[in-house]
Amino acid sequence: MSWMRKDLLGLEYLTREEIELILDTADSFKEVSTREIKKVPALRGKTAVNLFYEPSTRTRVSFEVAAKRLSADVINIATETSSVRKGETLIDTGKNIQALKADIIIMRHNCSGAANMLARALDISVVNAGDGWHEHPTQALLDIFTLKEKLGKIKGLNVTIVGDIAHSRVARSNIWGLTKLGAKVTVCAPEMLLPVGIEKTGVKTSSNIDEALKNADAVNVLRMQFERDEGAAFPEQLDYFKRFGITGERLAKAKKDIVVMHPGPINRGIEMSSEVADGANSVILEQVTNGIAVRMAVLFLVAQAREAKA
Amino acid sequence: MREKAKILDKEAISRAVMRIAHEIIEKNSGTDALCLVGIRNRGVYIARRIAGCIKKIEDRDIPVGALDITLYRDDLALASGQPTVRKTEIDFDINDKKLVLVDDVLYTGRTIRAALDALIDFGRPNSIQLAVLVDRGHRELPIRADFVGKNIPTSKKEAVEVRLEESDNTEEVAIMEKD
Repeated sequence: MSWMRKDLLGLEYLTREEIELILDTADSFKEVSTREIKKVPALRGKTAVNLFYEPSTRTRVSFEVAAKRLSADVINIATETSSVRKGETLIDTGKNIQALKADIIIMRHNCSGAANMLARALDISVVNAGDGWHEHPTQALLDIFTLKEKLGKIKGLNVTIVGDIAHSRVARSNIWGLTKLGAKVTVCAPEMLLPVGIEKTGVKTSSNIDEALKNADAVNVLRMQFERDEGAAFPEQLDYFKRFGITGERLAKAKKDIVVMHPGPINRGIEMSSEVADGANSVILEQVTNGIAVRMAVLFLVAQAREAKA
Repeated sequence: MREKAKILDKEAISRAVMRIAHEIIEKNSGTDALCLVGIRNRGVYIARRIAGCIKKIEDRDIPVGALDITLYRDDLALASGQPTVRKTEIDFDINDKKLVLVDDVLYTGRTIRAALDALIDFGRPNSIQLAVLVDRGHRELPIRADFVGKNIPTSKKEAVEVRLEESDNTEEVAIMEKD
């Protein structure tokens, strides 16, 4: 099994074998971050550009750390201070970065499909760091990696994803990845935040968190993105916590070893209580650590595929 | 590729490994501060066997590590197919150790160059020595082995295949040539 793609755009487009290759490669990369010298020369002389059209700290920093541990040079472009403000199109920006002989663009964009469009227009690699409501593949990969590390396998696991499913790229990528690897996924949200037709992706739906937690081996708690709230679509924050918030009381009724994940940043007291976020079932900080290994694997594989073709 | 000749059989491999173990002990005047690091994958199996022989001879346990050099290669894209990145597992301190690096076949020396770079990222051993089961010549770098199971003169068109129980369900070393 070898990786042939110059880009990583979403888990929808990958086979089970390709997802497993990324996870296995990430497993090997994890050790690098435990060394005294946390660096290998694999991407020496390569340039990675972080192109973020949306604010992000953890994903951008995680990619930057990953690229640097592979010895790549990293350039960060914050679009608020770039020519994007002067009206440059995405494709033009991409072609300029390509003309600078960069090798990989890591892009976050508020439009669904932006990464796909950029990847088609360029010869260099594009890694999707989140596009609109579409996909956030590396987040799902690090969630799945963490789950596999904790529970030893993915196949047959019951995984509940709770939160704003309708507007969540993290949920979509997780659904694709988890179902391809054989997990049984339940999505749980207020009715108005469950997208129509989501069952077609092979998931169960629920609007009762206690029911959705009952048989769950893991729960992935999404961030309520109140900053995206453009009107009346969202329930009141306090009401949400009462109905869907993950609390110690609710966990007590779930499986004893249930794994609690959250992509961060956490809204304490909205999606989950502090007691749960900092509790024994939480793997939230391990997710952050694993994110580096997963992103190292992705950067390495896309760079290698592009070189092999050249 | 078809098989041109069998060079070593099971007994010959095991005698070569035992001799290397004796030579390592002799050259290092015992086993103090000694450790072995095998290069994935077959180098690790051979390193474990050498450690087993040293245990028999001296009744001492020698730490054995595993090194994956994929991330240090100078031919990432040229490699036939894409190399899979495997785990590096060196769970002991290599500082001030007498470290014996172990691989199955010594050829151009580029793998060893990569392994030396990788090892130096892990610490500063007192010395690094090299043990290989087969030396087939054609070096492209100034690298030589301290312990050699068997020298096999080959042509560059040929390939040397080391097959071990751990990975190949058989024990032999063969020269392969293109049809």
